[in-house]
Amino acid sequence: MSTPVVASPEGFELPEGQRRVIRWMIYLAFFALSIGILNGLGQALNYARIDILQYFPRMRTYHQGLTVHGVVNAIVFTFAFSNGFLALTTARALARPLNGGLLWAAFGSMVMGFLLAAFAMATGRASVLYTFYPPLMAHWSYYLGLALLVVSTWIIAVALFVALAGWRGENPRQRIPLLAFISTATYAMWCLASIGIAVEVVALLLPWSLGLVENVDPLLSRTLFWYSGHPIVYFWLLPAYVSWYAMVPKHAGGELFSDSLTRVVFVLFLLLSIPTGFHHQYADPGIATGMKAVHATLTFGVFFSSLITAFSIMYALEIGARRRGEKGLVSWFLKLDWKNPALLAQILAMLTFTLGGITRLINASYNLNQVIHNTAWIPGHFHMTVGSAVTLSFMGIAYWLVPYLTRRELVGRGLARAQAWLYALGVLIMARGLISGGLNGMPRRTLIMEAPYDDATWRLAGMLTGLGGTLMFVGGMLFFFVLVGTALFGKKMMGTVDIPFTVTHEGPATTGWAVKLDRYRYWVLATIILILIAYGPFLVSYLPGNFTSPGYQLF
Amino acid sequence: MTPAKIERIFLTLSASMLLVFLGAFFYSAFGMGMHLPGWGGTIDPAAVRATPPFDQPGVREVAPGRYEVVMLGMAWAYQPSEIRVPAGSEVTFIATATDVVHGLHIEGTRVNFMLIPGQIARLTYTFEEPGEHRIVCHEYCGVGHHLMHGTIIVEGVE
Ligand SMILES: [Cu+2]
Repeated sequence: MSTPVVASPEGFELPEGQRRVIRWMIYLAFFALSIGILNGLGQALNYARIDILQYFPRMRTYHQGLTVHGVVNAIVFTFAFSNGFLALTTARALARPLNGGLLWAAFGSMVMGFLLAAFAMATGRASVLYTFYPPLMAHWSYYLGLALLVVSTWIIAVALFVALAGWRGENPRQRIPLLAFISTATYAMWCLASIGIAVEVVALLLPWSLGLVENVDPLLSRTLFWYSGHPIVYFWLLPAYVSWYAMVPKHAGGELFSDSLTRVVFVLFLLLSIPTGFHHQYADPGIATGMKAVHATLTFGVFFSSLITAFSIMYALEIGARRRGEKGLVSWFLKLDWKNPALLAQILAMLTFTLGGITRLINASYNLNQVIHNTAWIPGHFHMTVGSAVTLSFMGIAYWLVPYLTRRELVGRGLARAQAWLYALGVLIMARGLISGGLNGMPRRTLIMEAPYDDATWRLAGMLTGLGGTLMFVGGMLFFFVLVGTALFGKKMMGTVDIPFTVTHEGPATTGWAVKLDRYRYWVLATIILILIAYGPFLVSYLPGNFTSPGYQLF
Repeated sequence: MTPAKIERIFLTLSASMLLVFLGAFFYSAFGMGMHLPGWGGTIDPAAVRATPPFDQPGVREVAPGRYEVVMLGMAWAYQPSEIRVPAGSEVTFIATATDVVHGLHIEGTRVNFMLIPGQIARLTYTFEEPGEHRIVCHEYCGVGHHLMHGTIIVEGVE
């Protein structure tokens, strides 16, 4: 029997005040993205040996630009979008308003964090990249800013779980609506995952950058960073997955096959996202190879949930296409509603993500990683994950979300379609450039243009990177035209509007093992046990640490 | 075939594929000896130059055909910046950083690891073919990061 993924399918209106704060959160996200994309153009053109960063006001070095690019895209944009989007999906799925005070507090914390980090970056006091590996030392305002950005996600998590607890109190023994489950599961994962970076920043880096303690431990800091730094990619990705599972089938006129399998995927992400951080530290001395192998194995486990996702989403799309009358084995794919920019952008995001997934498997493959570690391959890879699967999906979501939040119709559907195609094409060309450069040894995070060790094989790689980046930039600008046009000039919509949501072909189980999927208590406990297995042996043998590095400001 | 059955087949194939990959790279690591750097000991970065073996960076033959390269990374150079070993030699790199985090990648090889202040990195690799490889720092280490590089020359043996 088909079951909607929300509690009250007939409709639910979010109070206008909450709609407003969510709208501002989404605007903040895309404002950050616009700065990030502009800096991205400067980065991509650097590979093509064209220096435009010199024309940017206040921009003194390449790495100042790279820091801004990373922080505003990977932290401010993603956090603000998740905060707004998943607050909305949770409220809608439970048909229940959230705590408005908490939403505004999260927004305030986000703005404060953004301003502090922006101050540090703009004044050149924090050109340490978004990974900020000590003992390079940024100004304390940078670390405090990042901490406040994380705090804003915690406030949203509180708002979501308060609402969920309230709903469960009133609906005992009922399954959590699927959309609410996958939205809250994302935040449950991130709450456990963000502990590492919080400890790193609050316990190690803030006191050190304020001069209260003299030394820091670089390896311990890196380990805490990557404890959060791997699951953070799933915190970027899962809001896109929420849309792919719960909304994209609706756009395509299909339906999601299995409720239980969807919950299993999100539970797997909760369990396995965190105990995998060492696969970013394969090349680090000081961590036993046996523990690296454990993390490698668990990383492959997380990949399994992405393979399930590939199946579920493709199947949902196929159901939609077949309902439109398509019979062929593969030709159904061409029969999807390619005219709908929300669907188009997200399908293109999924297609580029396939390549992102394959390269991810290569990165995670233990000693195979030694071939590509810290080469340009890595940014080539992650521009096909966070740079497209996430960003292009969020753009696709915006094509219905911004009309929903502003009650204005989308302006420029043709422009929106062109945007998605240009952006996706740009990502592929740029990734081709970076990946081939990386295979030929081109290092990442490097001012290649002025390096004394130039290599002839990097020329084509650099040109493709610059070309692809330029197309992404143009695609990005078109997106902002559509967004601003809609918010300012879109035709007012009459009546009530609802968010798009799918139904599941096999609804939530009422008996058997699948009912237990909703028991957060067990899954959180199991996650903590896995984290202890993955990180316990290292911490027990390594602590109290090697605090011997003073800070350096070499930027 | 029912969707549930197709789903089961897809998931079984996916899991099998991942298990084969896992088996392959663990065999290459623990069966064929292509290791990652592991636990190598700690050191005080301020005292690196007074602590053996880092008091004498350079290349040493420790046994016939086996070499040790003791190497330091600092802003923005390697010491030594040029290394010569004969083709066919098994070389163990022992390296650390004196200031901030650096990287070390010998292009065209799997010698690719981080230099972390306070940590000693060890990695062994056999250079079979004569030739010249560039060594680059691949971790951002300040404004001069792109200047940090070196060379390893694998000399032909007559
Ligand atoms: Cu360096």
